[in-house]
Amino acid sequence: MSASLRDPSLTVPAKPPRGDRGGNLGLARNLGLVVALVILCIVGVVTAGDRFASSDNVLTILRLAAVIGVVSIGMTFVITGGGIDLSVGAIVALSSVWATTTGTQAMADNIGWIAMVFSAVLVGTACGAINGVLIAYGRVVPFIATLAMLASARGLAEIIADRKTQIIRNQGFLDFFDAEPLGIPVIVIIFAVVTVAGWFLLNRTTFGRRTFAVGGNPEAARLAGIKVQRHTVYLYALLGLACGIAAVMLMSRTTTGSSTHGTGYELDAIAAVVIGGTLLSGGRGTIVGTLFGVLIFTTLTNVFTLNNLSTSAQAVAKGVIIVIAVLLQQRIANRKT
Amino acid sequence: MSTTHPRRRRSLVVGALAAATLVLGACTNGSSGDGDTSDAIAKSNTDNDKSGDKVVIGFSAPAADHGWMGSITKSAIAQAKEYDDIDLKVAEGTNEVNLQISQVETFINDKVDAIVLLPFDGAAMTSVAQKAMDAGIIVINVDREFDSPFAARTTVLGDNYGMGVSAGTFVCEDAAGKKGLKVAEIAGIDSLPLTQDRSKGFADALKSCGLKVDNRVAAEFTVESGEKAASNLLQAAPKIDYLWNHDDDQGVGVMAAIKNAGRDEFTMIGGAGSANVMRDIKADNTVLKATVVYPSTQAADGIKLARLLVQGKSMSDLAEIEVPRQLKLSAPVVTKENVDTYLPSAFES
Repeated sequence: MSASLRDPSLTVPAKPPRGDRGGNLGLARNLGLVVALVILCIVGVVTAGDRFASSDNVLTILRLAAVIGVVSIGMTFVITGGGIDLSVGAIVALSSVWATTTGTQAMADNIGWIAMVFSAVLVGTACGAINGVLIAYGRVVPFIATLAMLASARGLAEIIADRKTQIIRNQGFLDFFDAEPLGIPVIVIIFAVVTVAGWFLLNRTTFGRRTFAVGGNPEAARLAGIKVQRHTVYLYALLGLACGIAAVMLMSRTTTGSSTHGTGYELDAIAAVVIGGTLLSGGRGTIVGTLFGVLIFTTLTNVFTLNNLSTSAQAVAKGVIIVIAVLLQQRIANRKT
Repeated sequence: MSTTHPRRRRSLVVGALAAATLVLGACTNGSSGDGDTSDAIAKSNTDNDKSGDKVVIGFSAPAADHGWMGSITKSAIAQAKEYDDIDLKVAEGTNEVNLQISQVETFINDKVDAIVLLPFDGAAMTSVAQKAMDAGIIVINVDREFDSPFAARTTVLGDNYGMGVSAGTFVCEDAAGKKGLKVAEIAGIDSLPLTQDRSKGFADALKSCGLKVDNRVAAEFTVESGEKAASNLLQAAPKIDYLWNHDDDQGVGVMAAIKNAGRDEFTMIGGAGSANVMRDIKADNTVLKATVVYPSTQAADGIKLARLLVQGKSMSDLAEIEVPRQLKLSAPVVTKENVDTYLPSAFES
């Protein structure tokens, strides 16, 4: 099955092409991300000194990055597979609301707080699977299908929560996620595990190779014997799963579930994935790049916060970073041909 | 979810009045007359404005996506500039709870003396505010309440329920006993407890004179959302006698929708108290006849109180030596008669 994928004429290679064309560029791009992050850190140290470089501050950055980071890792799979998902924020909201209703909380009191985690993850995965089925079997354009999910998931979250913020009463849940084994917050550990698992899945498994194939050239992938539709559903369900995990992390951070959670996540996640070097047209993706993308945006926010800089300047900086990243990407894409 | 004890609330009326004086007077009152104070009662502490120890205050509020919220941050910064002993750190305004939590975490890392916090969602910020209090930082909660009384040293609130009562009472007085009048309501963000409080106050006040809300829609405090909600409402209700709009920022959109629909058969009451609405009330040539003030200087009061608490001072004009736990500001009705009093301290949409 996957042996046919070895034929380079059928697929886009999973890793940046090594050799004369693009090898250096690929390196340069990842290097660019590292350089960008290092520059940001230098700016942070120069402007805020020990306040930036303290372990407390680094953990603050990582805690902030964790929630959107998990969503972005999931988003990397969908975009690499040639899709897009605008409904991630709404799915996070719906999962958080579902997992904090009085019903779920009563269940959690009876059988343990894991019930809340399961609810969030199940709801997220189900929403993602619905997106996938609509796109793969219903032939709805990803942009439109997930736009519909964005509206309906947030609406449903508002109905379930009656537009109120639901407070988590289960002490066991709060204590578990509040813990800091070895000084590292649990949600940061979850983020690390998700990142490593994502990297492994994309770069070291048949599933990952199929994802590149489907995103690069779905027709060729079909001819190579890949069940493209089924794989598409898996990709969106995987992102839904990531949203469910992110919802749990956000629940622990806010001690609430709310229909307003996850506002703007879709753009933050897409931006992080794109500046990381994953092609919006599909067929090429990098988990490491996405991780850097998330860290760059979060560190940027942190440096601005430490220096009392204005909202507006930060928005401009974000926009400039995205544009530069996409311009770089286009050059790389042009070199590929 | 109210965390105010009835007993405490009673004892705080005094504080509320004092704060309202601060807000509405825009400057401190001079000491009045020659009261015969016994030795047991200290004189008003009028030295509060004298420069004291350096106070580092962290400030975080939601995104300034409407005039009132913009004015909250602007007034807070302006207030801090009045004192050379305040070092104010302003975090980026955000509607993303995760980001707002990390801003407070940054303040905790920085070991600031006090944090003045207007949360996007009070319940969601409770846990991190509690962490700050545990770290020995004085937290002042503004406008949107935490869901635990331990998460803040002092809370400054607008009177949301009172706003609804003020608006409803105005309608009742204006209707003067007429029955069967149609009342409509355009609320703000429905998921916020403050919106629910306003609507409840409005309904309760109307009930006292046998009226009720016949049509209700919700907007999102923005001009665009106000226009959309009002257009729908005007379609749904062919005849209205009174319309209360919770928020003057979304009111700009509401007025546009009213103009487009060519309707003028009703009396409109605003909310929050923006300068442009007050100018309309003064001009008296639109449906706008009144607005209910919701002070946008709450965070500025939060800054002042944070400074007092850190420096160990008490509130002037109170006999109590500790700064109160809660201040509830008043929600007066502004009409053509008294508009000149309120216009100078109003915010621009």
